[in-house]
Amino acid sequence: MAMLNFEKKYRIKGGTLLGGDLFDFWVGPFYVGFFGVLGAFFAFMGTSLIFVGAAMGPYLGIEDGKVVTGAVTWNPWLISINPPRIEQGMALAPLDQGGIWQIVTICAIGAFVCWALREVEICRKLGMGYHVPVAFGFAILAYVTLVVFRPVFMGAWGHGFPYGIFTHLNWVSHVGYAYGNFHYNPAHMIAITFFFTVTLALALHGGLILSAVNPQKGEKVKTPDHENTFFRDTIGYSIGTLGVHRLGLILALNAGFWSAVCILISGTYWTDSWVVWWEQLSTPPDNFYVASEYFVGG
Amino acid sequence: MAQYQNIFTRIQIRSHPEMGVPVDEKVWTRDFKPGHSWLLGTFGDAQVGPLYIGGLGLASFMFGIVAIVIMGMNMAAQVNWNPYDFVVRLPWLSLNPPLPEYGLQVIPPLDKGGWWLIAGFFLTVSILLFWARVYVNALRLGMGTHVAWAFASAIWLYLVLGFIRPIAMGSWSEAVPFGFLAHLEWTNYFSIYYGNLFYNPFHALSIVFLYGSALLFAMHGATILAVSYYGGDREIEQITDRGTASERAALFWRWTMGFNASMESIHRWAWWFAVLCTLTGGIGILLTGTVVTNWTDWAEVHGFLATDQHYVPEN
Repeated sequence: MAMLNFEKKYRIKGGTLLGGDLFDFWVGPFYVGFFGVLGAFFAFMGTSLIFVGAAMGPYLGIEDGKVVTGAVTWNPWLISINPPRIEQGMALAPLDQGGIWQIVTICAIGAFVCWALREVEICRKLGMGYHVPVAFGFAILAYVTLVVFRPVFMGAWGHGFPYGIFTHLNWVSHVGYAYGNFHYNPAHMIAITFFFTVTLALALHGGLILSAVNPQKGEKVKTPDHENTFFRDTIGYSIGTLGVHRLGLILALNAGFWSAVCILISGTYWTDSWVVWWEQLSTPPDNFYVASEYFVGG
Repeated sequence: MAQYQNIFTRIQIRSHPEMGVPVDEKVWTRDFKPGHSWLLGTFGDAQVGPLYIGGLGLASFMFGIVAIVIMGMNMAAQVNWNPYDFVVRLPWLSLNPPLPEYGLQVIPPLDKGGWWLIAGFFLTVSILLFWARVYVNALRLGMGTHVAWAFASAIWLYLVLGFIRPIAMGSWSEAVPFGFLAHLEWTNYFSIYYGNLFYNPFHALSIVFLYGSALLFAMHGATILAVSYYGGDREIEQITDRGTASERAALFWRWTMGFNASMESIHRWAWWFAVLCTLTGGIGILLTGTVVTNWTDWAEVHGFLATDQHYVPEN
């Protein structure tokens, strides 16, 4: 059964943003809606083009007027849809020269935005706040920053990242070292700090709720008073049952936001090594830690 | 249609501070008269305090202070005790482990890594005592010990980095220095020296759980806030007696992605994602240099190396 035992009374008409009640129905557990249909189109289109691109082999550039591609691979770890070369600038590229990457990007953004708007419609049906689609908007923003905003600022679609599992990591690695040591990027530092902190907060919140409803043998289920007491005993402050969800949300959104900032400013605001950014603030001491002196293995 | 989204608390009430669930207090009691903060109250609970220090808390604090003072003194020595330089150049300053020539020696000359070993020892004892304190605090309230075991997963990564892996490698020099930019130097060079950590599958898993944790808390935090109008933030009550807040939260995700957690199971997802982040991360670090000396070579052997055949990033 696709429906939960309490679900029927919640499945009501209305709340749609577009299309009236044209697509106002469910398929199995999924709500459809206008944005479900449009989003499915984008997703199908983008995925199909990835297969087409994989069959053509990864685009590597143009030599003597001929399109050069790498070996065709169906290894899912290595399939890669590459953007146009940087020399191609902001132009629309032919399909076999990064054009597929451009259309996949449009499809991806279309699918993500449709997903967010479909969430808005579901929120309206259920009488919920819009926190989830707004939060998802931050993730979309981070993605668009990587493949649209920064390439536009840099003047070439070639600055987007390739769509492949290990090739996108390869891109991250290369682009990181293009700016010296990316760990020195202050916005990157802030983003990582938010990522670590949100994981810590998630562990604390998940652990606290589980410890309250799964108490010691023979004990009754605990109360929010116990939760508050545990945290006040331990660190002198308990943010409370409502506040912890605000905290988790705001930490997570900041992680995504500062990630977008850290890549947007690299190559635009700052083109040098990020180490230099710190060196202009203060000079390192002569006896600064030199990692190469400390590694012996291998 | 304007709708209240519950971003901030608009009305705060003040009463006598809550002193906490009564427990059998012996030598130690809950200290510090609680106060209220309006600013904190707009976002979370306004009450600050009380705090239960306890024998373990006091011991943990003392060991921690010793560790931090040793680090600070060594950093001050690095700039010839010049207070201005200490502040301005603090990001660069560090307390470094011994060089490779000292191997696993206990204890090298103080200024050649000896202080690093001592500071690490005090910091580790402080952390372990704090772990015990978290564990005991839960027991005293009759609660489960889930928070302590999640904390243990983070301690596992910490111990791998500074203790277990250096011993496996036969040299303290492989460990992380104490310092802001220095520990980033270590992180960077560690990856380069051992052939790009992006090809370490446990590193990949750890990142998946790190990003996954951010995703999960965004989803969970946003969902609960979105149903706070129906009392969704009262999670324990919603777990033991499912209300319309739980039902709407569940249906939101069921309709969106065809699957939903329950009010209790979402916290199990949360706990596991956070715990697995440091658990898999620790495994990935421990394998590096001990079992696998070059992750790029390893990726090539196992057929997933992204070579020039696949993509040449341009800068």
